[in-house]
Amino acid sequence: MGIAEKITSGDVTAAAKLIRDIDDMVPEARAILKELYPFTGMAYVVGITGASGVGKSTLVDQMVTHLRKAGKTVGILAVDPTSPFSGGAILGDRVRMQQHSMDEGVFIRSMATRGYFGGLTQSIKGVIDVLDAMGKEYILVETVGVGQDEIDIVQTAHTSIIVLIPGMGDDIQALKAGILEVGNIFVINKADREGADRTVSDIKFMIEMGEKRYKDGWKPPILTAQAVYGKGIKEILDEVGKHREYLTSSKERQSKYKYEKTRNDLAEMIKDKIVYEVLDDIIHSGEFEEALQLIMKRKIDPYTACDNIVLKKLKSGKG
Amino acid sequence: MVAKPGLDGHDRGARIIARAYRDAGFEVVYSGLHQTPEEVVQAAIQEDVDMIGLSSLAGAHMYLFPRVVELLKEKDAEDIVVCGGGIFPEEDIPKLKRAGIKEIFTPGTPLAEVTKWVEENVKPRG
Repeated sequence: MGIAEKITSGDVTAAAKLIRDIDDMVPEARAILKELYPFTGMAYVVGITGASGVGKSTLVDQMVTHLRKAGKTVGILAVDPTSPFSGGAILGDRVRMQQHSMDEGVFIRSMATRGYFGGLTQSIKGVIDVLDAMGKEYILVETVGVGQDEIDIVQTAHTSIIVLIPGMGDDIQALKAGILEVGNIFVINKADREGADRTVSDIKFMIEMGEKRYKDGWKPPILTAQAVYGKGIKEILDEVGKHREYLTSSKERQSKYKYEKTRNDLAEMIKDKIVYEVLDDIIHSGEFEEALQLIMKRKIDPYTACDNIVLKKLKSGKG
Repeated sequence: MVAKPGLDGHDRGARIIARAYRDAGFEVVYSGLHQTPEEVVQAAIQEDVDMIGLSSLAGAHMYLFPRVVELLKEKDAEDIVVCGGGIFPEEDIPKLKRAGIKEIFTPGTPLAEVTKWVEENVKPRG
């Protein structure tokens, strides 16, 4: 049996190994992704994002419990940061998900950012495709703990949940651009803490101010939860269901969403491929170092050096 | 993967080891406390790790450690290297090694030695 066939029949070992190869950018992995692609597109991808320590992993754990009770199979991708100094990482999200470790309907994979910014990993789309092709009905993607601007998850997930906790900042924070603008569902976790009402009203105010944006569309609900006690989880999943219904109920909206997502994915993929092909090539050929030296000596400006290298590569048809 | 099998709540050592691996440039999956050998092996397969470091301070290592090796064999994953760390009676160490535990680290081992052993003895799997 080929690797792709093993994966579509649900082989955990084959999938786990392929995910590693995708992460390591092993060229053979790409060929298998091509084979798997016809089997993708069935899974519903939910993103969970928020600052570190707000309870993302615990929330994911609880959502999995509910999804499993409803008979759904689940894949979990949990991202943690790579050390900029050593390149190593501690991947600790599994700790909160122990209760699902023996459940064959659940596949948990930890991933390290490996220097990639945006809250996810460069490999995430390929890895989602693997879980999708395995037949997982829901894929929960937990981002690294994020700050204000890591919005990749929105381009990756069908529904993005932003997790906040009380007391993380005043209403000025809610005025700012970035991550708070892109959530489909807001969850105020640890809602038994002081200030939860205030956080809810700050977010509510922010959303109301943007009323125009939501006029014909989805207005993000604000929910409270205490994930550690399993409180508020059903409501979150109900809203995920509603958002899914919203995305799929109108043909026009569905095709617009699909167009935008495909466009984004393709643009990203082309960018990655160019970086991989061009940068790798010029580093090996020494052209990169050569240009670097010239710039350091101020014999050439970096703009010209860059244009020269990239245009030459593109014309040679190698890049 | 650094794993804590069995009824053993002491994970300070395991966390320090995980941190040392991180600082040596490894990606380390930490399992959390109170894992059964079955859970450890299932996680190792899902994460496709090269090595499992088992930590035990509670005396059940003679059952737990060999059981992990056994389960890896059952799952066709015996290429994952298994090491152990913790407090063990002297005479248990050769027995553990015979059961397939590649190396045993006891209290007082410098962290650099632990990470160096991995660099020298664990090859990334194909």
